[in-house]
Amino acid sequence: MHLLRTDSGADGRDSRAAVSEQIPVALTAPSMDHLDQLEAQSVYIFREAFARLKKIALLWSLGKDSNVMIWLARKAFFGRLPFPALHVDTGKKFPEMYRFRDHYGKEWELDLRVEPCPPIDAVDPTLPPAARSAARKTEGLKMALAKYGFDGLIAGIRRDEEATRAKERVFSPRGLEGNWDVRDQPPEFWDHFNASPPQGAHLRIHPILHWTEADIWAYTKRENIPIIPLYLAKDGKRYRSLGDQDITNPVSSTATNIDEILIELEQTKVPERAGRALDHETEDAFERLRVAGYL
Amino acid sequence: MNMLVTPASPATPNGTTSMPNGTTRPQVRIVIVGHVDHGKSTLVGRLLHETGSLPDGKLEMLKAVSARRGMPFEWSFLLDALQTERDQGITIDTTQIRFRTNSRDIVLIDAPGHAEFLRNMITGASQADGAVLIIDALEGVRDQTRRHGYLLHLLGVKQVAVVVNKMDRVDFSADRFKEISDEISAHLNGLGVTPTAIIPISARDGDGVADRTDRIGWYKGPTVVDALDRLEPARPLEALALRLPVQAIYKFDDRRIVAGRIESGNLIAGDEIVIMPAGKIAKIKTVESWPVTPIAGRQGAGRSVGITLDRELFVERGDIIAHASAAPRETRRLRARIFWLHDKPLAKGDQLLVRCGPKESRATVVAIEKAVDPGELESRENKAIGRNHVGEIDISLSNPIATDPCTENPRTGRLVIEVSGRIAGGGLVLSVDAGQRAVPVDIVPVESALRPDERSARYRHNGAVVWLTGLPASGKSTLAKALERRLFTNGGSPILLDGDTVRAGLNSDLGFSASDRSENIRRLAEVATHLARNGHIAIVAAVSPAREDRATARRIADTAFREIHVATPAEICEERDPKGHYKKARAGALASFTGIGNDYEVPQAAELVIDTSTRTVADAVDEIEQMLKTTGVLFDELVDLAANI
Repeated sequence: MHLLRTDSGADGRDSRAAVSEQIPVALTAPSMDHLDQLEAQSVYIFREAFARLKKIALLWSLGKDSNVMIWLARKAFFGRLPFPALHVDTGKKFPEMYRFRDHYGKEWELDLRVEPCPPIDAVDPTLPPAARSAARKTEGLKMALAKYGFDGLIAGIRRDEEATRAKERVFSPRGLEGNWDVRDQPPEFWDHFNASPPQGAHLRIHPILHWTEADIWAYTKRENIPIIPLYLAKDGKRYRSLGDQDITNPVSSTATNIDEILIELEQTKVPERAGRALDHETEDAFERLRVAGYL
Repeated sequence: MNMLVTPASPATPNGTTSMPNGTTRPQVRIVIVGHVDHGKSTLVGRLLHETGSLPDGKLEMLKAVSARRGMPFEWSFLLDALQTERDQGITIDTTQIRFRTNSRDIVLIDAPGHAEFLRNMITGASQADGAVLIIDALEGVRDQTRRHGYLLHLLGVKQVAVVVNKMDRVDFSADRFKEISDEISAHLNGLGVTPTAIIPISARDGDGVADRTDRIGWYKGPTVVDALDRLEPARPLEALALRLPVQAIYKFDDRRIVAGRIESGNLIAGDEIVIMPAGKIAKIKTVESWPVTPIAGRQGAGRSVGITLDRELFVERGDIIAHASAAPRETRRLRARIFWLHDKPLAKGDQLLVRCGPKESRATVVAIEKAVDPGELESRENKAIGRNHVGEIDISLSNPIATDPCTENPRTGRLVIEVSGRIAGGGLVLSVDAGQRAVPVDIVPVESALRPDERSARYRHNGAVVWLTGLPASGKSTLAKALERRLFTNGGSPILLDGDTVRAGLNSDLGFSASDRSENIRRLAEVATHLARNGHIAIVAAVSPAREDRATARRIADTAFREIHVATPAEICEERDPKGHYKKARAGALASFTGIGNDYEVPQAAELVIDTSTRTVADAVDEIEQMLKTTGVLFDELVDLAANI
């Protein structure tokens, strides 16, 4: 595990290098485990997105999933993120998250673009309070899209985390208004993706759609990817999912390291986004947000 | 339906908990397909119960609710109930359910039975390692049963278990079961699919799902849970020949990394490889990775890798890297068995975009055969392939591609078809008409005895391809000759490749069709690039009207490419007309002449734009020389002197 600290934690990498050199030259390759397969698939998706779209950006929410995504992108592009990392900033994240962004934005040499969100008054007043707060992010995203003209946005959503996300495609077309038409999704098979958004519209690309929460943690541990300490238990509570301070709550937990998180996940019956207020306001709040272009 | 149901963790033999991601247990993905209302939801509900995957008390609660409402309990209620109760503890959706058998983690991918959602069924089933095809014992094999069976075959899902459901409705009749198993076996065998099991069940009552009850005492085969437990996870295709389709070439630093995913076979640094369809030979120098690089050891099928080669070759997205002794076939013509999802039927003569891995090519449908609705019992053959129908097509490709018949390689032997930027169908490559080409294994390029820096020290420039594009009579050849003279006078080594001159010899077999023009440009670019790699400045003067062709030339010459758009206004070009071409074209005597139509595609990012109507030849050459200095082709004398002081 690798918390926010300045030493690079290279020990793990070096030991892996040493191991790989000891492997005798054989006629068959070492077999791939579950995490290897997930990684290879994500790398493939990243390379397809970079090859087929003109101007893409990665949405960096600073959470565990988007950090894994950046790591996977650096695997795909040999240490670099060859496109901007976009942080659509509500201004209401935890201080630990901003420290993390500023530190790793530099260390990973990201082309970091921080884009602000409009004030809450500018957002659909019929939405419940937390959803309305989250919808600010959708507006901020639309503004960033208009500003840079991206034709593809890479987002770290996963099928297992939320009901409507499970219906997603890997390359998911958005309408001119950034909206998602769940009833008319194109077929997607054999890793062939629909990568031609209509003029002025954009695509969402989901390189970790097939991962689970447990996969994210197991990979974070294996690769020694830094995390924000808020994910680890303190005084009997930890965050499973990090959003804005005012609409995210910690869950009861005693997990103080990733191994303990994995054991906890094996046993819990509480969903990952239980601490996200916006998922619980009304049955359709999340779907309405997603149709309107929320992640 | 996506539901991460987490039962009390089954303990592994040594008492430790297995990893939630299945690192100690194989994970298999399955789809349950079949005609609508044949009992998919009921089977899923029952499976969750039988595998102990339901939260404590859930079943009792639902049964109590049903009793209170005076309704008989249905297993399918479970799914509805779980769906609406996701807030209370279970994530659920209509895509994936997870549960466990004794030795497998099962991910159940939903595949809608309704014909309207065939594209979703295909999207789901294409990710599956195995399938359960469900048939109502009373209704028997229906159109969607046959259609789904056919699609499983086309999608390459080989492990198919058939369940004959609602056996309670036919009094558990062994005869009825045999009737249905014979019919579905015949259908599946006809497609080359052998069912792994055919199981009589009553999902409602539980017979055959986890237990062989007395009522099906005549059945001796596996239960559904047994059948799922025997599914094999997808195996990477390592035993087959190496196929590494190229996704991209990266030059983020001084490495030139060829990136892609190994679809089959394996590779290691030092391997002799061939790049298809061009048939160029090289050796793998390193296998690059991150954070540790380069990496030793063999890399097998399924890995996303990056390799560097021992020589500079033109490689592009869509090429396939293979071992020289077992290369895929290069072809412009192939036959495929496809399924069609687009509203407009596919007909002979249709223009398409075909994707074979990362390779794409425009294509024309040359012939259609065996176009049928796989749902119909008596398949009537049609001239066109309708929506949700299948057929065999012959297609002619505008660019050669490298591919394998699907029987030789299931990964590279398949393709998808796009219409208007949207996937409209897909299928298997049945056969390819291989092009007549020298066996690439005999081609061993000989590298020069001289190093590039030895030449550049003498010529005082690096190798380059200076590409002059523009309308006929815009002044390309004049500028090219003046530039050649200037560079030579300064001690350099310029070589002129004029489009017309080359057409007289090397390219005398080519005409002026779009594909011949493309080939003309490709050859010019290959020759020019060879000269540039050997330190010369190749000056190419060619109309090269198509943007795509110039992009190809740039890809071939890579960093050596310098494009100059000779942008003399069209009226002035026509006025000059030194070869009399405009006059002939106006008189209708010169077909395919670029200049008087609108067929010249103006460069958008040329290194230099020159209008010869507003300046002298000497001025223009000065400007070119300046550009070559600032872009690192010509050595700047002052800088050089300073460096030597």
